[in-house]
This record gives sequence, C-alpha cells and structure tokens, in this order.
Amino acid sequence: MHRTEELYGQFQTVEQQREASTLGMWVFLVTEILFFGGIFLTYTVNRQAYPTAFGIGSRTLDLTLGTLNTGVLLASSFTMAMAVWASQAGKKKLITLFLALTLILGGIFLGVKVIEYAQKFEHHLVPGRSFAMPPEDVPAEAAATDPDLETHAQLFFSLYFAMTGLHALHMLVGAGLLAWLLRGSLAGRFTTRYNTPVEVVGLYWHFVDIVWIYLFPLLYLIDRHKPG
Amino acid sequence: MSEHITSPRVYLAIILTLMALTAATVGAALADLGPLNIILALVIATSKATLVVLYFMHARYSPRRTQLVVIAGIFWLAILLVMTMADYLTRSWQRL
Repeated sequence: MHRTEELYGQFQTVEQQREASTLGMWVFLVTEILFFGGIFLTYTVNRQAYPTAFGIGSRTLDLTLGTLNTGVLLASSFTMAMAVWASQAGKKKLITLFLALTLILGGIFLGVKVIEYAQKFEHHLVPGRSFAMPPEDVPAEAAATDPDLETHAQLFFSLYFAMTGLHALHMLVGAGLLAWLLRGSLAGRFTTRYNTPVEVVGLYWHFVDIVWIYLFPLLYLIDRHKPG
Repeated sequence: MSEHITSPRVYLAIILTLMALTAATVGAALADLGPLNIILALVIATSKATLVVLYFMHARYSPRRTQLVVIAGIFWLAILLVMTMADYLTRSWQRL
C-alpha cells in the first residue's frame, strides 16, 4: 500500500479518508455514550430513591468552583473548535495557539477538580470509614424522611467521585491527545488537505465536554434553593 | 463531497450562547420551582449538548451516514434510561 504525506493507501481521496475517520470516531463515541449511560442510569435510580440524601450531598459541593469549571471547559471546547477551523483554513500558527490554549484550559479544569477533591477529603465527605455528615448541613426534618441518611449520602458521594473521576480520566486522555497534536502542529503536519487528526480529537474533546454539561446540573444543582 | 468549514463567527455565537445557558441554569437552580427545577435543568443541559453536537462537532454538516450513527447512539441511550425508569418509577403502583 502506498502512502503519501496526506493520504493513506486504502483511501482514494482525502474527502473519503476524512469521512471514514470521523465516522469511526463517532462509532467510538456511541460506545462511550453507552459506557457513561450506565453510570448516569445508576445515578438516576438512586437519586429517585433517596432524594433527601442526594439533595444534602449536592449542597455540600462548591457551586462557585463548579460553575467556574463549567465555563472553563466550555471555553476549551471553543478553542478546540477554533483549532479545527485554523487547520481547515491552513493557518498553521493559529492551530498551535488554539491547541495550546485548549490544553491550558483543560489543565485548569483538572486543577480546580483537585482542589474540590481535597476539600471533600478534609470535610470527611469521602465514602468509607471516616465518612461523617456535617450536622449543620443536615436539616432537622431530613432525618425523619430518611432514617438511613448517612448511608444514602455516601451513595451520592460514591457516584460523585465515580462520575467526575471517570470524566477526569477522559480529560487526561484528551490532554495526552492534545499534546500529541501539538507535536504534529509544531512540525507543520496539518494542512488544508490533511487535518483529520485535529478534527477527530476535537470530536472526542467535545464529547467529554457534553458529559460535563450533564454532570454539572445533576451533581451540583440539586435542591440548591433549599436552606442548609 | 467537499468539506464544510464553520466560520469563527459561528463558533463565537455558540460559545456565548453556551455561557449564557450556564448562567441561566445556575440562576434557575437557586429559585424554588418545585418539580420544574429538574426539568428545566435537563432542558437547558440538552440544549447545550445539542448546540455542541450540531456546531462544534459539525453534525449538522456531516454526511447522512454519520448523522444516523449519532441518532442511533442517542436512541439506544434513551432505551436504557426510559425502559429502566419505567420499571423503577412504577414499582410502588402495585400496592393499592
């Protein structure tokens, strides 16, 4: 099979190559939808069963940091989309710039996540033997509606760590892919005819953003209007 | 089929809408809307996800074949969620 700089041997045109690659990425993303779907389903079943404990758990999360991180991740999707545009328009320096910005924003997101995780460890909100609900976060009537509040709150935090952890793992993979793209971009590999890697990694990055678009309201915004 | 290039102006309009919707969902969560709280949160999240899929991920300008894969994925997720919740939410009904 012969291969030129921009066209792999099994394809006849760059358009065919691009369509095949993006279709392949979408098929992978569909498996990711079902992968995350299972844990979203687990969350939905348990939230519906223990609404009081989930509400209390949700209100202990830092709304300011959560909102900030949502903005940071959305901005990173924008810079990623701009990197794809720069590669299509053949603006080589801008590809590098926007890829670097995306990587930096992704890093900020993960850094904020580390701060949030550390707070949860400090406040004994990590499920396990030292788990303890702070009394000031538990309204008096809550214990009456759910006698096993502490167990069910641990369920919320287990899901919080599983869902955000899995999301953060995907972000780390994305950061690795971005670093790989940056290397290619610095070597001038991406042209108007060959930019499929940028487009395909972009699809993955936007997918991870969509997962967060749902995680943010589901984890941070339950019963926010209630006191406590 | 030639490639569709989305212009930076479109991306800018999308990101500004996404940021506004984020502010809206936080604002809505701070108000007591009863059962509407969760519905509104999910409607806003789905609007945001739709914008990302259609414009950032170029699904709007993708070949039909690719669009079919996207829709199939969402459809299967809907089966997973709807069928399971149809079970869990109706379990208490039998005790009349």
